[in-house]
Amino acid sequence: MGYKKYYTNKIIWYLITLVIAVVLNFILPRLMPGDPVSAIAARAVDGMTDSTAIQAVYEDYAEKFGVNLPMSTQFLIFIKNALRGDFGVSFSQYPRTVGNIIASSVWWTVCLQLPAILLGWILGNVLGAVSAYKKGIFDKGVLPVFLFMSNVPAFGMATVLLYVFSLKLGLAPSSGGYGFDLIPSASITFFRSVLAHYQLPFWSVVLITVGGQAIGMRSMSIYELNADYVKYSRFMGIKDRKIVGYVFRNAMLPQITGLAMSIGTMIGGALVAEIIFSYPGLGTTLLAAVKGRDYPLISACTLIITIMVLLANLFVELIYGVIDPRIKAAQQD
Amino acid sequence: MKNQIRQIFHSPKFTVGFIIFAALLVLTIFYPLIVTNDPLEMVGQGNFFKPGTYISVSEAVNTNPYTLNINASSSRLEQNLSMEERMAMADWLNQFAGLSSKEMDVTDAGGLVSLWKDHYDSASEQKGLIAARKKYFSRLDKKITGLLEDRDVLLAEKNQETGEVSVKKTIPSTSYVNVKDVGSRRVFILGTDNFGRDVLTELVAAIKTSLKIGFIAGLIATTIGLSLGLIAGYLGGIIDDFILFITNLFTVIPSFILLILISYSIGKNARGVIMVAFIIGLTSWTWTTRSVRSQVISLRNRDHVNLSKLSGHSLFRIILTDILPYIASYVVMALILQISSGILAEAQLSMIGLGPATTTVSTLGLMMNWAMSYSAHLNGDWWAYFPVIISIALISFSLNLMNTGLDQIFNPQLRE
Repeated sequence: MGYKKYYTNKIIWYLITLVIAVVLNFILPRLMPGDPVSAIAARAVDGMTDSTAIQAVYEDYAEKFGVNLPMSTQFLIFIKNALRGDFGVSFSQYPRTVGNIIASSVWWTVCLQLPAILLGWILGNVLGAVSAYKKGIFDKGVLPVFLFMSNVPAFGMATVLLYVFSLKLGLAPSSGGYGFDLIPSASITFFRSVLAHYQLPFWSVVLITVGGQAIGMRSMSIYELNADYVKYSRFMGIKDRKIVGYVFRNAMLPQITGLAMSIGTMIGGALVAEIIFSYPGLGTTLLAAVKGRDYPLISACTLIITIMVLLANLFVELIYGVIDPRIKAAQQD
Repeated sequence: MKNQIRQIFHSPKFTVGFIIFAALLVLTIFYPLIVTNDPLEMVGQGNFFKPGTYISVSEAVNTNPYTLNINASSSRLEQNLSMEERMAMADWLNQFAGLSSKEMDVTDAGGLVSLWKDHYDSASEQKGLIAARKKYFSRLDKKITGLLEDRDVLLAEKNQETGEVSVKKTIPSTSYVNVKDVGSRRVFILGTDNFGRDVLTELVAAIKTSLKIGFIAGLIATTIGLSLGLIAGYLGGIIDDFILFITNLFTVIPSFILLILISYSIGKNARGVIMVAFIIGLTSWTWTTRSVRSQVISLRNRDHVNLSKLSGHSLFRIILTDILPYIASYVVMALILQISSGILAEAQLSMIGLGPATTTVSTLGLMMNWAMSYSAHLNGDWWAYFPVIISIALISFSLNLMNTGLDQIFNPQLRE
């Protein structure tokens, strides 16, 4: 009963958020002076002298993008097309459709960032827990190193890894998602090439994630280790190992919420790290879109990233409901 | 107050962070007083000159030489023979002269070359080598011979009338010039960037601008966050619900995406440094709102606040005298974090190509963006981007240290 209510509440809330995010995505570029379409048309007519021709180009663009329709109608068309995955045709990579470009890059980003952020989070929690419980070298040596690394931006860590492992040691390829001489296929060579190109972007995200998670876990663990129930359990003669299990389960909970709240920031940082390696994901696509002033592509990129972050958040919160039964209890009154 | 400050500086973490941050601030203030060049002056013709001292060649030639009895050829060999070439030489000697690799040391160019000179013979059969490789070795041999030779360099002068060239000066290989005697020189401690600008001077200016962006963004974010948090927490009810809803909304919608959308929408012309700082501030207030709100909720039913209410004090006064002092430390910590994330946000935005559209100032993000656009990271021109990354890391590290130090002082539970 409690779970059902919790889940419905969460899902409804995220649906509302999604609607608002889509509205923002639609309305922000249109609120600003000088709508994007006339800017694009201005580029197209650059050098033209015939005023009727210029007029025709403007009208053609206005009709294609529907800017002469009322705002509400435009929004409905936008929603209708977006639901079908139709974001129009890209300007900078004409005649590819935006949907096509996004579809070919989104999985690179998902497969890179999801495992990287998860592994960083897990390693961070383990390191935080160990340094709270064991102290010593972990607390005074390993943790500070990772803490300093967590202050290096993702793209910074990416360039450092690139310099050391690719340029100096020659252990990993420097750019791209797979060998430039390969065509994506299901062969072993292709898979190995992808794996080799995966390493540096992956570790640059993992390394900077660990520190921030570890310090949070460490303070939560210290707090829990000093809690009354731990002392009581010790008096009861419960084995240390079992107590540690309880402690870290409790300390984990705020960490899960923390993950949900910081996932957006992490993805933003990791997207920029992709650029360093020209990784064929959304980050590189976004850069290309901005450079080519490709408005439909930018809009679609931001929308898909928002949806990814929302989904990740929703997922974490749903998991949280299972792990922490108190959530269910809170919903019942 | 005085006591509190003393307490703050007892925290080693805060002190270390403060020293690093202050050092950076002092650098941005005093460096421009010493080096008065325009930080964006394009000194170098061409991109990415290595760090070092650059002296005028024509002046060096005309400066009085000193004769030093140093055999220049060995250092020339060290300088000019690449590791790859040395490896190839060792391979050849191993294969065709029968020398074991233990006898050779590729880090000692002089020794390797003397072995090479003893054993190499371009006429030998060199079984198993393709012609191109054979030619490579004979070219390498020629290069070594050239490096070993100590021939004088001739300086010629053209006669204005007849156009004839006559020898003006000969420079033996033993003549040296004292760098101090050469007037025209320039030290590029961190080399030059893609536009031929002095990286160090530019970097200091960039740190200054980025700190400014961080401060403005942080102040705006903290002001918005603080006001919303105070209103929501103190008033409660439907206003609280509404503000909480908005806050939750913008926590989940990634601020980086909003930044991209707004920055792109306002267009290139409007996107100055202040504008970018403003947008960053506008999209990063949610954390402050959350924490201020929860603090205020725990405060608003305290006795002293209720007493103040009963005494008929105005809302403004209650907030100012009964609530703000209790959350001041929290707000300062939030501000510190906002500054650091503001600087990072600018850097990331610039890397996407949506940073400040300006050619009159440099920011850390713009420097990074230029270095990447000109593939400094693929060519190994580390001086163009490592200093930038280290600066960002140091700023953010020092601010975070200060924050952790403050946290430990104001939250005694975290103390060890």
